[in-house]
Amino acid sequence: MTKAISVSGLRKAFGRTHALDGLDLDVETGEVHGFLGPNGAGKSTTLRVLLGLLRADGGAARLMGRDPWHDAVSLHRRIAYVPGDVTLWRNLSGGEVIDLYGRLRGGLDTARRDSLLERFELDPTKKGRTYSKGNRQKVALVAAFASDVDLLILDEPTSGLDPLMEEVFQDCVEEERDRGRTVLLSSHVLSEVEALCDRVSIIRNGRTVESGSLADLRHLTRTSVAAELAGAPDGLSGLPGVHDLDVQGHRVRLQVDTDKLDAVLRSLSASGVRSLTSTPPTLEELFLRHYQDGGHAAQGAASTAAAASASGKATLR
Amino acid sequence: MTAVTLPATARTGGSRDLAGTGTLLRLALRRDRLMIPAWVVVLGLTVVSMGSTLEKLYDTAAKRAEVAASMTGNGSLRALYGPVFSDSLGGLTAWRIGGIAALLAGVMSLLIVVRHTREEEETGRQELLSAAMVGRRAPLTAALLAALVADAALALLITAGLAASGHPAAGALALGLAVGGTGLVFAGVAAITAQLTESARAAKGLAGAVLGAAFVLRAAGDTATEDASSPLTWASPAGWAENLRAFAGERWWVLLLFLAATAGTVTAAYALTARRDLGMSFLPARPGPARAPASLSGPTGLAWRLQRTTLFGWSAGFLLAGAVFGGITDGASDLVGDNEQTREIFERMGGHQGLTDAFVAALTGMLGMVAALYAAGAVLRLRGEETGDRAEPVLAGAVGRLRWAAGHLAIAFLGTALILLLGGLGLGLTYGLTVGDIGGRLGPAVGAALAQTPAVWALTGLAVLLVGALPKAAAATWAVVGGCLGIGWVGPAAQLPQWAMNLSPFSHLPKLPGGEATAAPFLWLLALTAVFVAAGLTALRRRDIG
Repeated sequence: MTKAISVSGLRKAFGRTHALDGLDLDVETGEVHGFLGPNGAGKSTTLRVLLGLLRADGGAARLMGRDPWHDAVSLHRRIAYVPGDVTLWRNLSGGEVIDLYGRLRGGLDTARRDSLLERFELDPTKKGRTYSKGNRQKVALVAAFASDVDLLILDEPTSGLDPLMEEVFQDCVEEERDRGRTVLLSSHVLSEVEALCDRVSIIRNGRTVESGSLADLRHLTRTSVAAELAGAPDGLSGLPGVHDLDVQGHRVRLQVDTDKLDAVLRSLSASGVRSLTSTPPTLEELFLRHYQDGGHAAQGAASTAAAASASGKATLR
Repeated sequence: MTAVTLPATARTGGSRDLAGTGTLLRLALRRDRLMIPAWVVVLGLTVVSMGSTLEKLYDTAAKRAEVAASMTGNGSLRALYGPVFSDSLGGLTAWRIGGIAALLAGVMSLLIVVRHTREEEETGRQELLSAAMVGRRAPLTAALLAALVADAALALLITAGLAASGHPAAGALALGLAVGGTGLVFAGVAAITAQLTESARAAKGLAGAVLGAAFVLRAAGDTATEDASSPLTWASPAGWAENLRAFAGERWWVLLLFLAATAGTVTAAYALTARRDLGMSFLPARPGPARAPASLSGPTGLAWRLQRTTLFGWSAGFLLAGAVFGGITDGASDLVGDNEQTREIFERMGGHQGLTDAFVAALTGMLGMVAALYAAGAVLRLRGEETGDRAEPVLAGAVGRLRWAAGHLAIAFLGTALILLLGGLGLGLTYGLTVGDIGGRLGPAVGAALAQTPAVWALTGLAVLLVGALPKAAAATWAVVGGCLGIGWVGPAAQLPQWAMNLSPFSHLPKLPGGEATAAPFLWLLALTAVFVAAGLTALRRRDIG
């Protein structure tokens, strides 16, 4: 089966700024793919190259097996796009814009359009200027979800939505997945990525730094372990993959590379475990590690992430 | 959010209402650091240089007296320029350029005021500013002060320039104040329209309509009387500008009219500001249909939807202007034709045979140059869609670049022909009516107006080329069109060398009616247009969007 999106070594410069510097991205047909990276990493530039709005300086990009620049028009019949900052024509009503966008793509399912309007609680008779940011985004989302397309490209689509609407959005993405459509979702909302995405790609400075399923990525990070032991711990510092070891009497706190967890647990139970908490790596931790410069930032990231997970903000399903 | 506010709360703390005005003014002047000086310098120097141009043309007192008498004696010319109050060089300068300069100062001022009030609100930038230490009245105050700075600089430049080139200082000051004062009045008008409409475009349009009405009132009043004493003239700020009588026994008290009108409009604008919320307006947008009509099914339908209101406005304006011009054309033949140089000016401006033909040729030439402004605006909509991030989602649909551009370009090219046709129709009909020969006058007038089309199209093509190949410089289209307007407007009187005149496509058109029409210049201009458009569209297909 052809991949929905296949990008390798993509390069794009604006003057002296290298927005994309050898970016790779693979999205399988039918999956929801998270596209993550700090601000200015090149996410929107990538999406605009994929839409044929920008011409890449180098590298290869294929959408559903075809060239996004040369075959733009025929490809766009099968693509719905939601920009991060939706701007509407001030004298067109939301309903008119939804219909227009649908007609510019493969067509619009009017029954679905009406049900989406209801679910998103959007009044289609208001004019462009009078919509709030969230409502402008809803206009673009309704048009995208009601369009008859194979691939949805969503650029931070929920940045203006309230939590209730965020839930409607997630339901809609799930439905798209169930219908066999492919979704490329650029987002900063980590809970959304966790809930929706089969796989994610993380980019920084125009390059892909990590790509894979969440389980794969999680495996590369550290788990926090805190234990109260019956006796003094022994040999923990000598184990591979152990970091930030803090022993106070019989209490132990440490970080361990997740794939080295087994040895640590063995060593702990050898001293007799009274209580044990093990905090799995959170997505925040994962991202912060990649967002920040270099590997040394991982420590700070881990502690921030620990705080975040303590508040129950990002737990894994 | 509602449009209703409590006046009581809005009026509290007078000084706090103005907090941040200084900062906002500096921001406005910083943003307009090119626009305001360009307006002031070009407009100011045009006025000052007119003095020396006229000095060359009418070098003896006898010639000046003759031209003054013939110009004032002719109702049609009074409609265009107003009466001549003094046959001194200064008096002729004030007559020839004062009225136009005053109206252009009005255009400058209304653009400045709307740009820093309604446009800031419409784009949402004002929200961020008003959330800081910025009083409720500060944005409007800063915008008005920016306009005041521009108008004062213009008045100063005209006064100093004319006085320095030997004109009486009092007259120079009066002309400077007449121009600057008219500017201020329209700053006040724009301050009101900016409260009324939700979009900056509509606010500018509304203020521009008031400006047009002021011109028409003055023209009608001046046609009726030889000394600008008609109530119609007195009802128009443009009429006050001429009634200040620079270089002709200045009536300083007329300045009070400018002051009163400015104070009145500004007070009304402040009162309106206090009664509305940020971003709201008194003419709010009505709800629209929930479903798109069948006509809105693609980029062309969208372009039509976006541009049709503008096209309707221009169509009505051209029809009306043509009708007004046609109504005064017959009077032009009364013009005393003894002054060879006056005739020469007219012939250089317009035609060969007969002063009436020359007059119609000059008027249709004016329509052509103004139509170029419409065409430039229509093409630049493409760029506006692009920079406003509205092109992106359309091009992300199954729409090629060419199809996206085609609708806007069709409207620009065909719209140009349409408004010229209507201008010619209006002119031919009223001219025919006044002389009782519609059949004989309509055809040549329409032909003369339509003959302008290829020249406008060449400039339209240039705009397409810029949008396609040099999108960041697309706004330079305005400079090119403005340059052609300048060449056409003051070129003949200023006796520009032929190579300079040739820079404007309008200079290559045959003078119609009356002149001899050959196909060659039309074909050259059409070929040039085709090359520009082809090159522009090729570049548009290859470049990045955004």
